[in-house]
Amino acid sequence: MQWETVIGLEVHTQLSTASKIFSAAGTAFGAAPNTQACGIDIALPGVLPVLNKEAVHKAIRFGLAVNAAINRRSVFARKNYFYPDLPKGYQISQYELPVVERGILKIRVGESEKTIRITRAHLEEDAGKSLHEDFHGMTGIDLNRAGTPLLEIVSEPDLRSAEEAVAYARTLHTLVTWIGICDGNMQEGSFRVDANVSVRPLGQAELGTRCEIKNLNSFRFLEAAIRYEARRQIELIEDGGTVRQETRLYDPDKNETRTMRSKEDAHDYRYFPDPDLLPLEISEDWIEATRAQMPELPEAMQARFQQQYGLSPYDAVVLTGSRAPSAYFEEVAAACNQGKLAANWVMGELAGALNKADIDIAQSPVSAAQLAKLIARIHDGTLSGKLAKQVFEALWAGEDDVDAVIDARGLRQVSDGAEIEQIVEQVLAANPKSVEEFRAGKEKAFNALVGQVMKATKGRANPAQVNNLLKKKLA
Amino acid sequence: MIDATVKTLSSLLAAGKLSAAELAQEFLRRIDAYNGRINAFITVDRERTLAEARRADDLRAADRAGPLTGIPLAQKDIFCADGWLTTCGSKMLSNFVAPYDATVIAKFKQAGAVNLGKTNMDEFAMGSSNETSFYGPVKNPWNDQMVPGGSSGGSAAAVAARLAPAATGTDTGGSIRQPAALCGITGVKPTYGICSRYGMIAFASSLDQAGPMAKTAEDCALLLNAMAGFDPLDSTSLERPPEDYARDLDKPLSGLRIGLPREFFAAGLDSEVAAAVLAAVDELKKLGATTAEVTLASAGLAIPVYYVLAPAEASSNLARFDGVRYGYRAPEYADLDDMYCKTRAQGFGAEVKRRILIGTYVLSAGYYDAYYLQAQKIRRLIAHDFGDAFKVCDVIAGPTAPNTAFKLGAKADDPVQMYLNDLYTIPANLAGLPGMSLPCGFDSKGLPIGLQLVGDYFSEAKMLNVAHQYQLATDWHARKPQGY
Repeated sequence: MQWETVIGLEVHTQLSTASKIFSAAGTAFGAAPNTQACGIDIALPGVLPVLNKEAVHKAIRFGLAVNAAINRRSVFARKNYFYPDLPKGYQISQYELPVVERGILKIRVGESEKTIRITRAHLEEDAGKSLHEDFHGMTGIDLNRAGTPLLEIVSEPDLRSAEEAVAYARTLHTLVTWIGICDGNMQEGSFRVDANVSVRPLGQAELGTRCEIKNLNSFRFLEAAIRYEARRQIELIEDGGTVRQETRLYDPDKNETRTMRSKEDAHDYRYFPDPDLLPLEISEDWIEATRAQMPELPEAMQARFQQQYGLSPYDAVVLTGSRAPSAYFEEVAAACNQGKLAANWVMGELAGALNKADIDIAQSPVSAAQLAKLIARIHDGTLSGKLAKQVFEALWAGEDDVDAVIDARGLRQVSDGAEIEQIVEQVLAANPKSVEEFRAGKEKAFNALVGQVMKATKGRANPAQVNNLLKKKLA
Repeated sequence: MIDATVKTLSSLLAAGKLSAAELAQEFLRRIDAYNGRINAFITVDRERTLAEARRADDLRAADRAGPLTGIPLAQKDIFCADGWLTTCGSKMLSNFVAPYDATVIAKFKQAGAVNLGKTNMDEFAMGSSNETSFYGPVKNPWNDQMVPGGSSGGSAAAVAARLAPAATGTDTGGSIRQPAALCGITGVKPTYGICSRYGMIAFASSLDQAGPMAKTAEDCALLLNAMAGFDPLDSTSLERPPEDYARDLDKPLSGLRIGLPREFFAAGLDSEVAAAVLAAVDELKKLGATTAEVTLASAGLAIPVYYVLAPAEASSNLARFDGVRYGYRAPEYADLDDMYCKTRAQGFGAEVKRRILIGTYVLSAGYYDAYYLQAQKIRRLIAHDFGDAFKVCDVIAGPTAPNTAFKLGAKADDPVQMYLNDLYTIPANLAGLPGMSLPCGFDSKGLPIGLQLVGDYFSEAKMLNVAHQYQLATDWHARKPQGY
């Protein structure tokens, strides 16, 4: 039987606000335990939550970015359960009326594009952390993270493979960092994914029983966990078993998922509207003011890059992976007026060097203006592509001016026909064997001759001219 | 001096005939002498109180005194006060020294008032007799066999016994008004959202409201002026321009329309209470008021609605008392769940546990719609009934409680009988309306009777005007229990 995997994702994005969602305590990662937890975060008797407007603003930005409905009125509810890292004994979250509903996100898998529906996105607070080591048999509680704002983004079960799920998660990750609502740092837990996975015989309309895999904090784990889980469910059914609805955890060391708790153990969270917070009212003005501040989104920018700079869809997607490279590319492309070349250099030489040095494009030693000038020199024939790499290396090492580097190192391309012709003739005269082999039909001999010409000019001869002249002479 | 109103003490302080330190010392002396009889205070901290009094005298010396500078006030032990043991009447918080001031406390501090001590109360404000306190029951100064009412029973008894010139209370279903009635003092529950709830330990967040308790309506107005006001730390606090709640005290009552809800004079009301309340209404008529019968058809459902909503909120509000971060923790336990269970089993009293159980039940999957949602709908109907009533009257009058003070232990084992004591006070909480109780007579046992007034939203000044005019014409409020 052929099986179809059905996946929906719930993504917890940590909103990058300076203070917490209901208190004035800071949100910086990595502070000493409990130094970023105020009376509200530790739930002293008598304290009350006050909503952080910036968290709402970021939720609106997200809603606009995925073409969703921004609810004019949404409600914070209490999700009640006991756990030591949940100081109030309840988490404040949006339940029946979330701030954002019914959005869409376009993803690309290989050559095909697919639209994934986003059910809802709601604001909530994060819990603290239980630290089970180093406390002589006791558990330590760090409440620094308690009250950190989260936007939980829930998709419809529209994804049909691990690849699609990863593509969705990556696209979403790009988007939330792009619009500046989340730093996207997966190691620090700023972007955490839960995957709801079920399988069904291909062609069946009814959904199978799903399992939820919690807290996948890398794209690699997301992909592996879904693959494992889908295979587990298929094998279980094919062996005559049935899938039980449950929450599972993925173990990256063993590459398997295992039961965390079954549906029967599920909490009754006793949700009810939080009487300490009034319903969140969002005015039309607030939405419009936010809309006016929205940056061009990756999807629109990709279309524009293809149209304006003649880039391939693939190049456009790569260059819009995040905001800084896209801006860098545009600066280069606009200054040198060579979109395709600019794309090649940004995605090739520059990306390689940045990767090797492990630094962000924002810290690139080669500025967009320098790279643009370098490309301009390639385009006007001053530099060959090959020698341009030497210039790039010099710029990377700290040299300032492209032309000065070219002159100081004598890298100027020789495009003088007469000069090249003279060298070609000398090379032909000095290599009769290669000439003979070429005439005997050995194509490789032609390349050897080109190599000799380039060697004689220390790589400065214009390769196109060398080719043409050689062909003409050997004809 | 001990019988003087806050208003009078304020002028004596202003005239330099009395210092804040002398005043604080006198009341501390009285607390020493009489608190053993009535158990009105949980915490008295002589040094702190005197330090605050000296600070008040310094303020006055620096010519920075306001009307409440140097006035000693008893604070209900539900308000967090920086450096003070703040127990909420519970074993659960019997070791909790608050590290911050509630907004109400901070406002009094700013006004130069002196914290005289923390008053006894029903545990987490759950009770109508002050018998659920971990610190033992408060006795009614009028008769020490009787309850003082609750949950602000310590505050009411302290003011009645002249152990404090005035006090704070909180009112979730009648916790200011009912003890005020049973102890023969005046107490005001303002419109929901007028006084900040920040730092006031939550019982039922959508109903809880702080208010003043004093001998007179005029004193209540002075205290309310200091307590009220928008607080950015409380999202349910109302952003309104500040107002002087004493501004209308002297207005004549001619033309005042008093609404008498049929439902507040029906079966269940003690005949002596009914007679005193109707006599008070007649007195108001003499002062120029007219009366009209009004109907609060849904008010009969107030108690069942309240005992769904208040426990629901309480079950969640009290979840933070888990032994993890502060407060009581069971000394021995096997694991995390056992720690939670033993801590809460040992730390909470029976009434608190009963309400947590009720609240947990009504919020459970499958019951939420039938209980919580249904109760919310009726809550809106009750508010709507009041809205209709206020189309034909300016203020509603009736009894505060169906009876005068009852014997200690008489209703302790019968929660429903206990709950019925708040029959007339709960509707105002459910609607969020301001209400107050003021003395209007005594029964044949010599126990005080309370007249309740309920006003429309933000009509505290009018309500206080009615009460003040009544108190100018009568002297019930000036009577005090024998032996104090």
